[in-house]
Amino acid sequence: MKEETLNLKTLETQSFRQFDLKKKRRTGESIIQTLLFLAGILSIFVTIAIVYELGKEAMLFFNDPDVTLGKFFGTTKWQPGIGQYGIWALVSATLVTSFIAILISLPLGLASAIYLSEYASFKARSILKPILEILAGIPTVVYGYFALLFITPILKSIIGEQLQVYNMLSAGIVMGIMILPLISSMSEDALSAVPRSLREAAYAMGATKVETSLQVVLPAALSGIGAALIIGISRAVGETMIVAVAAGSGPNFSFNPLDAAETMTGHIARISGGDLSYNSIDYTSLFAIALMLFLLTLVLNLISQWIVNRFRERYE
Amino acid sequence: MENKYAIESNNLSIHYGSYTAVKDVSVKIQPQKITAIIGPSGCGKSTLLRALNRMNDFVPGCHVTGELLLQGQNLYGNQIDPVEVRRKIGMVFQKPNPFPKSIYENIAWGARINGFKGKMDELVEQSLRSAALWDEVKDKLQESAYALSGGQQQRLCIARTIAIQPEIILMDEPASALDPISTLRIEELMQELKKNYTIIIVTHNMQQAARASDFTAMMMIDDNRAGGVIEFDETKKIFTRPSDKRTEDYVTGRFG
Repeated sequence: MKEETLNLKTLETQSFRQFDLKKKRRTGESIIQTLLFLAGILSIFVTIAIVYELGKEAMLFFNDPDVTLGKFFGTTKWQPGIGQYGIWALVSATLVTSFIAILISLPLGLASAIYLSEYASFKARSILKPILEILAGIPTVVYGYFALLFITPILKSIIGEQLQVYNMLSAGIVMGIMILPLISSMSEDALSAVPRSLREAAYAMGATKVETSLQVVLPAALSGIGAALIIGISRAVGETMIVAVAAGSGPNFSFNPLDAAETMTGHIARISGGDLSYNSIDYTSLFAIALMLFLLTLVLNLISQWIVNRFRERYE
Repeated sequence: MENKYAIESNNLSIHYGSYTAVKDVSVKIQPQKITAIIGPSGCGKSTLLRALNRMNDFVPGCHVTGELLLQGQNLYGNQIDPVEVRRKIGMVFQKPNPFPKSIYENIAWGARINGFKGKMDELVEQSLRSAALWDEVKDKLQESAYALSGGQQQRLCIARTIAIQPEIILMDEPASALDPISTLRIEELMQELKKNYTIIIVTHNMQQAARASDFTAMMMIDDNRAGGVIEFDETKKIFTRPSDKRTEDYVTGRFG
């Protein structure tokens, strides 16, 4: 009883005490805010700088009186040194190898993600996930020689002599293996993020595990899986070392995966590796290729984003 | 009558590893009645409810002993397929959890995976009507279920459960996330549904148990923190002259 009266008194005196509600300077807050802002600006600035530099140098290429957009987009032979400017000779190889890579990595990556998130026991997951992530840590040059010296001979024994020593098929397959952990791990995150309550709803309706995983959880996770696909495509289109080693050197307009052909990145790597005189048409053409690569990635990203938005099921 | 009871348990106990969460529950649930399970937080009400349609199978380390009989078959017997059990015993959850699909598809999906071959449009309409939702959604069946209010979502969840024609509907605090008006509509709906279904509802809300249920099971934890049913009787009796002192204390609001 005594204590209560005491407390009441303190409270009373407190309510009469003056307090200050004026704005206070919080230095720590503003420093961190500024740093975060600068970090954000920096990444945007770097992107703009790259695009600017690409555009500037590519302009030199397109301003050459011999180069026309008609030749660039309308022909299929690439040899700037002798006046052949058909970009499709390089784009075709990029498309073929990337397509094969996604064809391999998307189904396998999704399947392993579904297994890891829906089926694997805690113990199985804790063993399998790190193993999968090791795949992501292998240098791409190793993958390149793996394609050339291991996968190609195997394919040769299956397909026969039509398969060239350097070919897009083997490079694409190995590129798919390289992207696999990326797609798998991002998709698994997306699947795991689907609320448990949705799975429970499905099970309570008498759904089996497969029905729940494929018809409820998977569609709900589609936006995250789409993000995985987009990053996967970007990796495939931009991958250089594997295709440089295993796909072939020399532009070749072909959609036959058994052929040797050079991708846009592979071509840039090979040409820029030699001695190249500044301001030569070979030099500026590299920037045109790079700009084209940039646009291609952008377009593929937009297409996949559109597909995902079309089919995703939004929870929340 | 062949089966006097909708579902019946004999010494049903639920364990998590070595810890017993619910101990020795023996109740006989009347068909086409509403049975409420009440009791203080943490006494195992939801655990018991989830054991009835084997939703506890998904909880690692959870196992069940004793008998749970539906039409004379022990639901925890070796020959029993839990998927089939859940087709006969549906469940409505605490938080409305419609599928992120259209309103139509929310109902059609469950029916389809359960092998429904009839006219889907009719089934959807009929289920929505039974859940007293048809008039509100008939013009927007293709819209996402997430466009509905919480109370409507919960009635949609009830509709999709009805669509697969279960014997028993379990409800785990179906109105605790809803406003009073939506709550009342769910309770009215339960009265309609009990004409065709047996309903077992877990509720925190004693007024709800008192006004909406026919039978009440009172649960309480013992000294070993294991929950059990301490009294099971007609709701009227539980709330007016309970035979257990602890029930009386609880329903009169002396604790809990």
